[in-house]
Amino acid sequence: MHEMSIALAVVGQVEEAAERAGDVTAVRSVRLQVGELAGVVPDALSFCFELACAGTVLAGAELVTEAVPGRARCAPCAHEWLVGMPPLLSCPRCGAGTTDLLAGRELQIVSVHWEDGPAHAATREPIPEER
Amino acid sequence: MCRVVDLQQAVLAKNEQSAYTLRAELAARGTAVVNLLSSPGSGKTALLERELVLARERSVPVAALTADLATENDATRLARSGVPVKQILTDGLCHLEADMLGRHLDGWPPGAARLLFVENVGNLVCPASYDLGETLRVVLASVTEGEDKPLKYPTAFGLAHLVVVTKTDIAEAVAFDEATFRANVEQVNPGVEVLLTSARAGVGVGALLDRALAAADGAPVHTPVMARRPHRHTHDHADGTGAMAPSGS
Ligand SMILES: Nc1nc2c(ncn2[C@@H]2O[C@H](COP(=O)(O)OP(=O)(O)OP(=O)(O)O)[C@@H](O)[C@H]2O)c(=O)[nH]1
Ligand SMILES: [Mg+2]
Ligand SMILES: [Zn+2]
Repeated sequence: MHEMSIALAVVGQVEEAAERAGDVTAVRSVRLQVGELAGVVPDALSFCFELACAGTVLAGAELVTEAVPGRARCAPCAHEWLVGMPPLLSCPRCGAGTTDLLAGRELQIVSVHWEDGPAHAATREPIPEER
Repeated sequence: MCRVVDLQQAVLAKNEQSAYTLRAELAARGTAVVNLLSSPGSGKTALLERELVLARERSVPVAALTADLATENDATRLARSGVPVKQILTDGLCHLEADMLGRHLDGWPPGAARLLFVENVGNLVCPASYDLGETLRVVLASVTEGEDKPLKYPTAFGLAHLVVVTKTDIAEAVAFDEATFRANVEQVNPGVEVLLTSARAGVGVGALLDRALAAADGAPVHTPVMARRPHRHTHDHADGTGAMAPSGS
């Protein structure tokens, strides 16, 4: 099950972001987009996430997953449709196989909700985010 | 204090980056990777044994690397062909990642291998998400697995550059319905080629080697719909998910 690898990657990336910010004391939640074609089972991921967070600044953090439905657009006729599961990836209107997948393979950390240390809060306030 | 920070990072971005780098490094050595994916027991090793022997007969320099959870049996079988073979024990990990593969390619394979076949861990779920820097991704299914395999594992079959049916020597005995299988492949990966093979009967072995060599020589490889991105994206940052999966270019 690669959900553990995925969970570790999420934790690693959030840890790096927290380190860059410098004064993060705790992570409350992580928002993750999971496309229905990403090949990841959200429940298994949540379970692994909890384990992967233990002993890090993310300990106790909640994983909030947003499911993203698969959507495709036909290149020749511009028809757009929800691909469903199992996905239909040739155009249901004209039959063309040259389709663009607009959404559905996301595995993307959208945002993180964290606490920064009070010591630095005052001086760092103007910087709204990351880098 | 409490704040919400926008990150917008693709979780697999690191692997994508490693795969991209590995692909370039291998290209500089004149080597193209063929990534073989299937369920356990579909016949990856059996077909690969045939490919290695044929490549040798044709004097095409090739090498093979096989990933297994725990045993070295596959490597032993493949090594009989006489080409360089290496085993990666994944220690329980269900898939290979680009970094992991890269670590085994320091000064290996010896000489200039034109093709490096990688037998991934037998598993159709996890390996599908990890680009290994391959030039050709081959997804295999045997005639005994049921015609709806592509619908059950749409991400794996949907990202294949080439689909291979194995064990066709027993197709009749198990009443394999080729037309239904092809229709199911077409549903998740329109336009992808389906190649019929039998390691036992020696069918399709040359065709697969030809496809791999053509891809290594830069012939255009099929682009699956699942790997196709629209040209203008709303404005995802450039690191958007899987922008170059599975084989970028
Ligand atoms: N009839 C027939 N049997 C085959 C063929 N190819 C492989 N087999 C049999 O299928 C079984 C599995 O073959 P392998 O080549 O070990 O399959 P694999 O995909 O490498 O398996 P894992 O590495 O465990 O995932 C063996 O018993 C083979 O003898 C074939 O072309 N025809
Ligand atoms: Mg094998
Ligand atoms: Zn259309």
